[in-house]
Amino acid sequence: MATVSVVVLALLALAILIGPWLWPVSINDIDFTARLAPPSWDHPFGTDDLGQDLLARMIYGGRISLAVGFAAMGVGLFAGTIIGAIAGISRGVVDAALMWVTDLFLSLPQLPLLLLVIYLFRDFLKGLVGPEGGVFILIVLVIGGFRWMPVARLVRAQFLSLREKEFVEAARALGASNLRLVVRHILPNALGPVIVAGTIDVAAAIIAESTLSFLGLGFPPDIPTWGRLLFDAKDYLDIAPHWALFAGGAIFLTVITINFIGDGLRDALDPRRVM
Amino acid sequence: MGNYLLRRLIVALPSLLGISLILFVLLALAPGDPFGELASNPNIPPEVREALRVKFGMDDPILVRYLHWLVAMMHGDWGFSFASRINVDTLILQRIPTTLYVIGTAQLLALAVALPIGVYAAMRPYSVFDQIANTVAFIGFSLPTFFTGLLLILIFSVNLGWLPFVYRADINATGWQWVWEYIKQAIMPVAVLGLFQAASYTRYIRSAVLDVIRLDYVTTARSKGLAERNVIIKHVVRNALIPVVTLVALQMPSVFGGAIITEQIFRIPGIGSLLISAILANDTPVIMAVTFVFACLVVLFNLVADILYGWLDPRISFR
Repeated sequence: MATVSVVVLALLALAILIGPWLWPVSINDIDFTARLAPPSWDHPFGTDDLGQDLLARMIYGGRISLAVGFAAMGVGLFAGTIIGAIAGISRGVVDAALMWVTDLFLSLPQLPLLLLVIYLFRDFLKGLVGPEGGVFILIVLVIGGFRWMPVARLVRAQFLSLREKEFVEAARALGASNLRLVVRHILPNALGPVIVAGTIDVAAAIIAESTLSFLGLGFPPDIPTWGRLLFDAKDYLDIAPHWALFAGGAIFLTVITINFIGDGLRDALDPRRVM
Repeated sequence: MGNYLLRRLIVALPSLLGISLILFVLLALAPGDPFGELASNPNIPPEVREALRVKFGMDDPILVRYLHWLVAMMHGDWGFSFASRINVDTLILQRIPTTLYVIGTAQLLALAVALPIGVYAAMRPYSVFDQIANTVAFIGFSLPTFFTGLLLILIFSVNLGWLPFVYRADINATGWQWVWEYIKQAIMPVAVLGLFQAASYTRYIRSAVLDVIRLDYVTTARSKGLAERNVIIKHVVRNALIPVVTLVALQMPSVFGGAIITEQIFRIPGIGSLLISAILANDTPVIMAVTFVFACLVVLFNLVADILYGWLDPRISFR
């Protein structure tokens, strides 16, 4: 399943990346003669309520959704690795405090807080770097900021077992500083499970972004992310079901392939397999 | 047990404080005036706005403001909704039973589906049933709730016309018809939320049962000649449920997230849809209060999980 998923996801990513060259239709061309048209040769995915071509909009939205997913995963992994590494290498109060914060973040209601943060800071960032970039940075930071906790716990657990190993002791005996120990010796050995966790985080981040857009609180209305397309489509379910089905199907396909890949990686790395 | 409960309560309090601090810092850090909406509203005279600023202590140092805010929250003085013109706590109290009813039923449905499937799949690992259950569970939790919600509306409301897609709090019918209408409108939201949770629970339960089922005490129970039913229900499931309870508690935040989405899709008048409409209306007091209520609910359910923990594994409460 995992290999099939890699192929499907790669095809999907490729389609999104080179799509605009193969299908050079503008996302904003309004054509009222083809309002809510079902899929046809002119518009392979049909059109929306303004007669805009859905295939072009899906390609554009896919770029944003995937970019948000990977960027948010990067933020989450980065923050989680640093916090987990600090907690794992230092004993006592620092470790306990960091783990308390981690547990606290784990018990936060994420979606309400996500909405709250976006509500409070949206206008500020919009003024700072423009509507599109501002919302992108905000969404990536916030989604990543709520996904670092499992990574931090994982890294800490890895550190706790790795720092007692002989090779670390040997490096310490040779006079390696703490920073060098962490960066050169422990961290590379701790990264395997972190990458698996990161894979699944991409899917979670894509869902989070689509959720925000679906609630009408993500990107501005003129930027068609997949969640936004679903949000717009939900009022036309009875006349143009194809609109919602293509957008939702794309999210589903991306998420399930990423989940399958993550699961496959975990199975491959997990020595405790039940046969 | 009483002692244990008390200890858990004492642990829960700091996390509530921490959450309130995070909420407050977010609000304080946010650029712009949360009362900006009032400034642009011509119906509100500037004196009222000044009075509100003083009442909320907008010009005090931040720590003083936090303490004031905390004391007010604990007294139940949650402020006044800009949009609906009533007190925030009345507004939330009106909405919260619906949310709890939908979430509660969905959780029951999730466990009712996931427990038998997960246990049965773990009893025959890598059998056809297990493979199918695994795949379906995978598809289940890869389908975002907002998409399944729309799909169900498309199938059952638009195409078949069996179920209503708008949830109504006031149904004008009496007796059994009222009950039937009430159940009918709850079927889709509960199914969306419950089946999504069931998918991840099935995987947790399967792996938890798999961990337990090969232990020696299970073999002992079998070799005593106990019926397979008894072995599974009394010996395996009870122990397997201990990690599952933790995972269910950890899922609580995402359950509430799912509730917000389903409430929005089916227009259920709960606190989730209240949050969304408050955000769209720039109604800051309501947004803060609802977020805080969600945080409290998460802490509360974690506490419930702790109690369940003590009941499932008496050793924990004596530690």
